[in-house]
Amino acid sequence: MTVPRYWRNIGAHYRLEGIRCKSCGEVSFPPRSSCPKCHSKDVEVVQLPRKGKVVSFSLLRSPPNGFEAYVPYYVVVVELENGVRVLGTLTDVFGEVKEGMEVEAVFRKISEDGEEGLIHYGTKFRPIA
Amino acid sequence: MKPKNPVSVYGWGSYVPPYRLTVAEISRVWGRDPVQYEEELNVKEKAVAGPDEDSATMAVEAGRNALSRAGVNPKDIGALYVGTESPPYAVKPTATTVAEALGVGPFSLAADLEFACKAGTEGLQATIALVSSGMIKYGMAIGSDTAQGGPGDHLEYTAASGATAIIVGPGSKDAAATLEGSVSFVSDTPDFWRRYAARYPSHGEGFTGEPAYFKHVEGATRALMEELGLKPSDFDYVVFHQPNGRYPLTAARDLGISPSALKVGLLSPMIGNTYAAASITGFSAVLDVAKPGQRVLVTSFGSGAGSDSFSFVIEDGIEARRDKARKVMDYVSKRVEIDYALYLKFRGGIRLGGGAK
Repeated sequence: MTVPRYWRNIGAHYRLEGIRCKSCGEVSFPPRSSCPKCHSKDVEVVQLPRKGKVVSFSLLRSPPNGFEAYVPYYVVVVELENGVRVLGTLTDVFGEVKEGMEVEAVFRKISEDGEEGLIHYGTKFRPIA
Repeated sequence: MKPKNPVSVYGWGSYVPPYRLTVAEISRVWGRDPVQYEEELNVKEKAVAGPDEDSATMAVEAGRNALSRAGVNPKDIGALYVGTESPPYAVKPTATTVAEALGVGPFSLAADLEFACKAGTEGLQATIALVSSGMIKYGMAIGSDTAQGGPGDHLEYTAASGATAIIVGPGSKDAAATLEGSVSFVSDTPDFWRRYAARYPSHGEGFTGEPAYFKHVEGATRALMEELGLKPSDFDYVVFHQPNGRYPLTAARDLGISPSALKVGLLSPMIGNTYAAASITGFSAVLDVAKPGQRVLVTSFGSGAGSDSFSFVIEDGIEARRDKARKVMDYVSKRVEIDYALYLKFRGGIRLGGGAK
């Protein structure tokens, strides 16, 4: 990830911010300059709920560069309490992962750009046990 | 030291990672007698940060818990200090990452503080002063560390991970606790250090106890009691920095403090030494259970060396805040034991690379 791209996404990645369309009311993630439903540009940044349920999951054992230290890990689609779906990964998994499993958003390291580059922080999901 | 205008604690919150490495497992790897080490240190196991955790991420979870209890808008946090001896970057503040993740700023003072295990309470002294002077309304002081000892060194048995955040604001009965006074006590003492390029810390054998920990912890605590006209029996709870499970008990004995006053805030036997987080995580555990009117003594210690000592009286407002976040014991009791190999994998002890390209 380039430095500008990382910086531009800090709100979404650190604080799980999405957008709400002032025209049609649609709430979505990630934040964009226009509503993905009605294409209105009248959108505002909103804080998304930090709890949700796992809708779909896949266990990943062959990671992309920068993610080697976290293997094996689950890539998941989480449906947040307001119905917005977010793609993410799970952390601190000690039991079986199931569809419908309750999770909460936590702030974690996502990847590192080598030993000299930026550390990329963001949101992961942790099972609520 | 007494603040010009009264200052209270509004929010407190901690984080301890679930992973535990036992003293017995470390002893197995280095061929030591596990029973002897457990008894010498009075530590059974230490908390270890996961592979995607560092001092910034742990500070954020502790800070989030503190904000939940304080019930203040993050934008009203006028100063945020992160005290740590394990910052993720050599140059780039941890405090701005933590502030950004918590929604604090941009109009906020933010800085990292470093003073070995004392860095968390330094932030507390500084935020108390800023609140008391009226320069800010609320301030957040965090101690967070993913401490490492050299492989096989006796520090490896206790160097642990954890974080605690304390939010202070103007004095109020509706807050959780109000500061009575504080003392800071420092001297140049070569008990523990790490040079820039060194991966692990070194320590001056023989300096750790008497001239370092006991001189500063007891010196600061005695001066505080004298300044406030208080005696050991006036404190319902006492928390000392806890590099192991033994030193705080010895300091209490020297000062005439009952060991029962130490019980709630003495966490190192279960989670090890969380460095800059250690004394304030003990304070956080006390705030999780203390009743209005009770008095709490907190004395930190950082190598190099120094102590900050504080006296707080619990306020009526504590009860309404307590259940708004996870408590210290919720984190301490959630434990997943790992072996030395996973510990190395989690903490960067394995050199990654190779494989299919």
